[in-house]
Amino acid sequence: MNWDWSAVSDFMPHFWDGLVVTLEALALGSLISFALGLVWALLMRTPTRWVRWPVGVVTEFVRDTPLLVQLFFLFYVLPERGVTMSALTTGVVAIGLHYSTYTMQVYRAGIEAVPVGQWEAATALSLPVRRTWTAVILPQAVRRVVPALGNYVIAMLKDTPMLMVITVLEMLGQARLFSQQTFRFTEPLTVIGVAFVVVSYLASLLLRTLERRLVR
Amino acid sequence: MSVDTSKQPLTTPAGTGPLVRLEQVTKRFGDNTVLDHLDFSVDAGKHVTLIGPSGSGKTTILRLLMTLTKPDEGTITVDGERLFPASEKQCREVRKKIGMVFQQFNLFPNMTVLRNLTEAPVTVLGLSKDEAEERARELLDLVGLADKCDVRPTQLSGGQQQRVAIARALAMRPKVLLLDEVTSALDPELVAGVLDLLRDIARSTDITMLCVTHEMNFARDISDQVLMFDSGRILEAGPPEKIFGDPEQERTREFISAVL
Repeated sequence: MNWDWSAVSDFMPHFWDGLVVTLEALALGSLISFALGLVWALLMRTPTRWVRWPVGVVTEFVRDTPLLVQLFFLFYVLPERGVTMSALTTGVVAIGLHYSTYTMQVYRAGIEAVPVGQWEAATALSLPVRRTWTAVILPQAVRRVVPALGNYVIAMLKDTPMLMVITVLEMLGQARLFSQQTFRFTEPLTVIGVAFVVVSYLASLLLRTLERRLVR
Repeated sequence: MSVDTSKQPLTTPAGTGPLVRLEQVTKRFGDNTVLDHLDFSVDAGKHVTLIGPSGSGKTTILRLLMTLTKPDEGTITVDGERLFPASEKQCREVRKKIGMVFQQFNLFPNMTVLRNLTEAPVTVLGLSKDEAEERARELLDLVGLADKCDVRPTQLSGGQQQRVAIARALAMRPKVLLLDEVTSALDPELVAGVLDLLRDIARSTDITMLCVTHEMNFARDISDQVLMFDSGRILEAGPPEKIFGDPEQERTREFISAVL
């Protein structure tokens, strides 16, 4: 195996482009999955069966089908129905939606872990339902779920290369394009491999800081 | 044969009538009838203690009044207004007249002590932040924790937490204060402080108290009336001297000698 530093430096401009796209997809995908997962979790707590049932079916369906299939579906089928999004938007939506069905379970566990006495105290103080959620239950639930959500951020990062199949040039896409043009595989793949480790590590550091700040 | 206290109100309505009134209230959990066609009422300003073996329905009464659970039958009236059966809206309004202190304190751990006391007065009663904080500081002063405003509840001892919880309930200026075994979860050396505080409050305010407790000396000190519960019914009721000194029922005598 021969390592060519000049191939590395040739690849770097493409790498930076890919890194930006990867980070974009990760950040937006995380935000969507965190927000949507909370929405699912709250909808699953409504007293009406006619809300819980469809939400339960849809999220179960999304959770049980592969992300790759969902990406293809959103990218190739939705435009036929008149919905067109850029490749990156499609990818972000797919990742966010897919992972929201996992984060909803995390939120559910976090909400259920808040002692029943907290609900009773809120009732005893006549706090309205909405205020009970926003001021009492969710702040305690979210604090509990940050570590688990963090794990899904890492998982999402490692799923971003799938966006390559819908033409998004994230890190792996850039590496592959570079390889096709130069026939160098070792250098670009090694560079992005290292980048994945670094981004994972930084993300977990960030989350740990956040966790510590929340727990205080 | 004893007087069947479950069939008649224990205090006669005088003037405006009783502040709290339960009529023919039945509560079942599955096959288990916790309260069986219970009738009783409490006049404004009175301190009533509920005693009896566990599972006899005392705590259930407090939970019914706090709307933490609903009865299967009967009516509950507070301050002349129906609490059950009643619409959600009505229920929410009437509930504001009632405060409760729990066995496990149930302070909000995500808020400072001060915010525990201001949260409901601001969002429910519509007090300004300044008014609520002033009221909260006065109450914290009353319970001897004026210096703990900015501390989180988890940093306090059990006894301190319970005193904050009492202050939190009082911050809503309730007409009725429900005390559910408020010292049961405390270390023995912390019990006296909390009970002394409650004695003070009982003496110095006109708040109506319903108190479930196993602290018989405390019950004797503060009560105008003691209700002895057994199997979902009031076995015997009377002033503390009577219940603790010369109960009519053998079952009451047994219970009191067992807990004293």
